[in-house]
Amino acid sequence: MPVYFVVLAILGLTTIAYHYGRKRALTVSASSNHLHSLPHYYGAWTAIWCSIPALAVLVLWLALQSTIITNIVIADLPSAITDLNEQRIGLVINDIRNYAEGRITSGEISLGIAAAAKHYKELKSLSRMALVVIVLAIAIFGGIMALRLISPDFRARNTVENIIRGLLVICSSIAILTTIGIVLSVLFEAIRFFDQIPITQFLFGTEWSPQTAIRTDQVGSSGAFGAIPLLTGTLLISFIALLVAVPIGLMSAIYLSEYASARLRAIAKPILEILAGIPTVVYGFFAALTVAPFIRDSGGLLGLEVSSESALAAGLVMGVMIIPFVSSLSDDVINAVPQSLRDASLGIGATHSETIRQVVIPAALPGIAGGVLLAASRAIGETMIVVMAAGLAANLTINPLDSVTTVTVQIVTLLVGDQEFDSPKTLAAFALGISLFLVTLVLNVIALHIVRKYREQYD
Amino acid sequence: MSKANIYAIENPVTHQPGWIGSRVQEGSENTASPYATVGNIAVPNPRMSARSVNVFYDEKQAINNVSLDIGLNEVISMIGPSGCGKSTFLRCLNRMNDTIDICRVEGEITLQDENIYSKSMDAVLLRARVGMVFQKPNPFPKSIYDNIAYGPKIHGLARSRSELNEIVETSLAKAGLWDEVKDRLTKPGTGLSGGQQQRLCIARAIAVSPEVILMDEPCSALDPIATARVEELIDELRQNYTIAIVTHSMQQAARVSQRTAYFHLGNLVEVGETNDIFTNPKHPLTEAYITGRFG
Repeated sequence: MPVYFVVLAILGLTTIAYHYGRKRALTVSASSNHLHSLPHYYGAWTAIWCSIPALAVLVLWLALQSTIITNIVIADLPSAITDLNEQRIGLVINDIRNYAEGRITSGEISLGIAAAAKHYKELKSLSRMALVVIVLAIAIFGGIMALRLISPDFRARNTVENIIRGLLVICSSIAILTTIGIVLSVLFEAIRFFDQIPITQFLFGTEWSPQTAIRTDQVGSSGAFGAIPLLTGTLLISFIALLVAVPIGLMSAIYLSEYASARLRAIAKPILEILAGIPTVVYGFFAALTVAPFIRDSGGLLGLEVSSESALAAGLVMGVMIIPFVSSLSDDVINAVPQSLRDASLGIGATHSETIRQVVIPAALPGIAGGVLLAASRAIGETMIVVMAAGLAANLTINPLDSVTTVTVQIVTLLVGDQEFDSPKTLAAFALGISLFLVTLVLNVIALHIVRKYREQYD
Repeated sequence: MSKANIYAIENPVTHQPGWIGSRVQEGSENTASPYATVGNIAVPNPRMSARSVNVFYDEKQAINNVSLDIGLNEVISMIGPSGCGKSTFLRCLNRMNDTIDICRVEGEITLQDENIYSKSMDAVLLRARVGMVFQKPNPFPKSIYDNIAYGPKIHGLARSRSELNEIVETSLAKAGLWDEVKDRLTKPGTGLSGGQQQRLCIARAIAVSPEVILMDEPCSALDPIATARVEELIDELRQNYTIAIVTHSMQQAARVSQRTAYFHLGNLVEVGETNDIFTNPKHPLTEAYITGRFG
């Protein structure tokens, strides 16, 4: 009996439970003509007890059955196999599974393994049978217990509300738990990195060359893990991007919110926001194939030495990319400035632009700053554009015409391709990841704090 | 009929316009008005004077052929039910309606015999001459000092810091706020109480030495004590300024104004000495409104 059949059966039972719960509520209240909640709440209450425990058991069972069965099989294997190291046991288990399911195995199958495969197969079908019986039993039992609890005084409405609230809490905690999980996994790998490379070298070293040799006699065996060149590269490119995005974004926001007619605004704003919808990889090849050569050629005309992949090219294109963040957020906060303040300023005889400069922008400034910080954390975390346009050379420089590299680019290059996950070279990616995460986290916290503070101002 | 009504019309109850009113209406194309203004729209020495003003929001007409003088150093109050156009008319007097795209103003409004809607009149400078106080206190989120100094700075009224200080002090003093705030000039203006904020806004308006101050329901967001304080202030300001005030409170109109204009559905129904209007209304609509039959 396949699993979806079980699920369908549970759903069927739930429908029946709802119907009976409702009916029973009407029956028990028939004599006294008194019922705490509306009948359908009793139906829902019965249905919940019929479905949720059964589904929970089903999910848990499916999640755990493979591990449990495997462990049982391993325990029964001859000691010659169980004494092997973990990876080898893994291979044997794979063989057993493949043999049991009639797929291709890694080679000759010994009698022991054939027996184990038979054992595995039996356990699996037993588990399947037990699953169906137990889950359906739980569904029926839960439904009947719920039905028995129904009485005219039973507060089904409040209970159902509480259960729904519980479900909502579970859903929202999934997002939070995932975040925590990601942070922890990166953190643990980073700690493994710092076991091998001192944290001071990572934080204060000025040289980055993560290519460690596998054997000591290879060329370039000395890895250097100083993150400073990467951080300066990241900051340099983000700075250039903000230099582009903040003035352009802010001024277009001012134009759209203060000067543009409603019709122009209705057309221009969506077009501006399309910029945010362009995939960053498209920006990336625009930067690498159009902007970077243009900058190199025009730099050449001026007699400047420009490398073909420059921080300037990546920064300019990234700036264009984050314009919609700045303009859209600024537009919102400028619109949130009360009209009464503009009236007050105009009523004194200030011109439109004096009003904007001296009243509207100062009043909206905290919100604008919040928007800029959000855009900055977006710029710092941006990968594709810099991978394609900024280069890989970890130069410690603030010359925008040089090629630099960023934290995100290095993470990509460290983890692309076949890697061994115990060398400092790959683990460095996690250390970089956690530092990047901390930087953007701090920026986001500051930004959110500023935005929230701003919101309180006019309430 | 009051002695002051030297241009008074003979038989107001029949809605026959007085001679000033009739001359205006002959010249205007819009004769659709069901009401001719009762009472005397003109004064001997007007500071501002509006003739045949029509205001449209898109196609909808909000003001219908209104003519009214605002005399020197008088307080004129404009009363009427909500949506009667009194605020719209007030906002025509300093061209605040220019900031609304769909708003269109026809007719002639003069300030000291200059047409404020003529090409040569700069709306921005006009608003420095005709200041405005709004319904809800709207101090800038700046310090008390900067709130007052904003206008003088923009118009270059002070050549030095000490002059600016003086303007701030006298404006606050005229608004009766100096003693309350002199120790906290650097604190934000938004931290004051509602009544203090409104007086701060009045001080801000006086700081640029306007000729006329327009007040759009200045007390509707204030409690009775703060209202009394502002009304007292309006009476003091009358010595130096011409004030036009829109109000929903007929008691307030009676307390602070010398003349009262009653608006109804975009028409100026009746205008006259405040005492006359409240004790002896000529038009049945005015009478119905001030006796509380609608409003």
